[in-house]
Amino acid sequence: MHRDSRAAGRAAGRAADRARAGGGLRARLRRDRTMLLLVLPGFLYFVVFHYVPLLGNVIVFKDYQPYLGFKGSPWVGFGNFSVFTQPDFYRALLNTLKFAVLQLVLFFPAPLGLALLLNSILSPKIRRFVQSVVYLPHFIGWVILISISQQLIGGTGLLPQLLGEVGLPRVDLMTSPGFFPWLVTLQLIWKDAGWGTIIYLAALLNIDTEHYEAAAIDGADRWRRLWHVTLPGIVPVTLLLLILNLGSILSVGFEQILLQRDAVGADAGEVLDTYVYFHGVLDGQWGPAAAVGLVKGVIGLVLILGANKLAHRFGHEGIYSR
Amino acid sequence: MTTSQRPPWMEAPSRAGLAIKGLVIAIVCLLVLYPFVNIVATSLAGESEITRRGGIIALFPSEPTLAAYRTIFAGGVVSHALLVSAGITVIGTALNLVVTIALAYGLSRPIVGGRFVLTAILFTMLFGAGIIPNFLLVKALGLYDSYAALIVPGLVSAFNFLVLRNFFQNIPAELLDSARIDGAGDFAILIRIVLPLSKAVLAVVALFYAVGHWNAFFNALLYLNDTGKWPLPLVLRLYVLQGQPVGGGTESPGEAVASIQAVQMAVVVVALVPILCVYPFLQRYFTKGVLTGAIKG
Repeated sequence: MHRDSRAAGRAAGRAADRARAGGGLRARLRRDRTMLLLVLPGFLYFVVFHYVPLLGNVIVFKDYQPYLGFKGSPWVGFGNFSVFTQPDFYRALLNTLKFAVLQLVLFFPAPLGLALLLNSILSPKIRRFVQSVVYLPHFIGWVILISISQQLIGGTGLLPQLLGEVGLPRVDLMTSPGFFPWLVTLQLIWKDAGWGTIIYLAALLNIDTEHYEAAAIDGADRWRRLWHVTLPGIVPVTLLLLILNLGSILSVGFEQILLQRDAVGADAGEVLDTYVYFHGVLDGQWGPAAAVGLVKGVIGLVLILGANKLAHRFGHEGIYSR
Repeated sequence: MTTSQRPPWMEAPSRAGLAIKGLVIAIVCLLVLYPFVNIVATSLAGESEITRRGGIIALFPSEPTLAAYRTIFAGGVVSHALLVSAGITVIGTALNLVVTIALAYGLSRPIVGGRFVLTAILFTMLFGAGIIPNFLLVKALGLYDSYAALIVPGLVSAFNFLVLRNFFQNIPAELLDSARIDGAGDFAILIRIVLPLSKAVLAVVALFYAVGHWNAFFNALLYLNDTGKWPLPLVLRLYVLQGQPVGGGTESPGEAVASIQAVQMAVVVVALVPILCVYPFLQRYFTKGVLTGAIKG
């Protein structure tokens, strides 16, 4: 219903705009000059801060020296790519994949489950209250969040204290390399699982109640309705989010991990993004670090486009239509 | 209270089912809210109480004191960082809004080259250049070590742009047409018709930008070499995560010294307060704001 009125509004808008589209280029430029002027600053921003850096990636093929500059630094062809044979690169890659898999298995389904729970709360008052509570952590920055986490489960925090009082060893989960992947995932769930429910809740609202009625008349109990009506109803959204997630799968929580890496050591805490930061910005190995960053970006793009193709093949819309 | 919204075909839940669901919901809320209670309590606790109880104030200190807050504001570093963060947040958000609104409005109607610009923006959501080229660009532009480096490289967020553009597109065309017949130009229409209609979604976008500036950590770490310019998140890391003493030896003798842990949590609370202040007012717009943008246009 909502969607129909939107489409109608858009169609009317198109009809009104059609007058705008006619005429020669010069006339159109004249007619659109205010709009074009408004677009200009934003467009320039995207060109300078998103497209110029793309060109900046040529340093992947150079031995970049800050005092020689872009033009002066010598070309090295694919020399910088030898970084991909280094053991510390493998360590970062392996850690990244480990974090990514944990996120996919534990973090990704969390908002879905929470949304189903929220959706099943019938009292609008309680539902709204719980929603405002679970959305809140999304707005807490990583530095604050990790400070809080230090206070609760760090060495002198609440958890070791409680463990000590009942006679168990006082573990410090913030400095334990083995626990680190779980720590990062749990923090992510605390921060963003609630926020992630917004889009699922909207999808749940869009499911036609007639489907539920019909299912109930056919004798489906609540679990069967969940399985045969609710879940199929949110498959498109889930797929969309999954595809988008795939694109950033190699960018696991950069700030979050950077802030906690020192506490657990590079063996457990180095991921591709921190690798690029430490080797490039801090150690001045610009070329090799940029090579890692570039390959990471390309893999993300390929994964998104590939997953999208796959979604199309299975008859779903994906992130954009064909 | 509104009475049962249960549709007729839905069976009444069992008592055990209700109890389990209630328990799960209560636990979820507690898990989110308790950390806030704990840090506020710890920040208000006195030195003696924290030592006696091993650093843990579970619910509320028996003798609350503001000593920790006096310490952080006496030192000057935290108050300065607070000012920097507030300034960046206000100026940055204002600039973000102006440029994003103009861009979104300009591209909400079919204009010459609009398709091309839109596609160019959408592509940046799929592929970024990476940390190194961005860092070198900021340096080359002479933004390094300036506050502008915290604002200009993130001037427009493609996501916020989409939220606004989709909202503007859905404003009924009749409204804009009648204004045009009355002689209003594109700019006048934006100011007099479009913006007043978009208050809710503008509030949400402003909040997204403001929170981003307030929490900005990595850009500040990357682009600010001068520690005197540090915003709050970097100071927070220094004091809380790296355990540096707050105040730098400027504490006046004779006054009650706050415990390190209370001081650390006081800094965390100070960083949290602005977010907790605006949150309740904007919270009701979230769903609407996010969804107008998330569904593709």
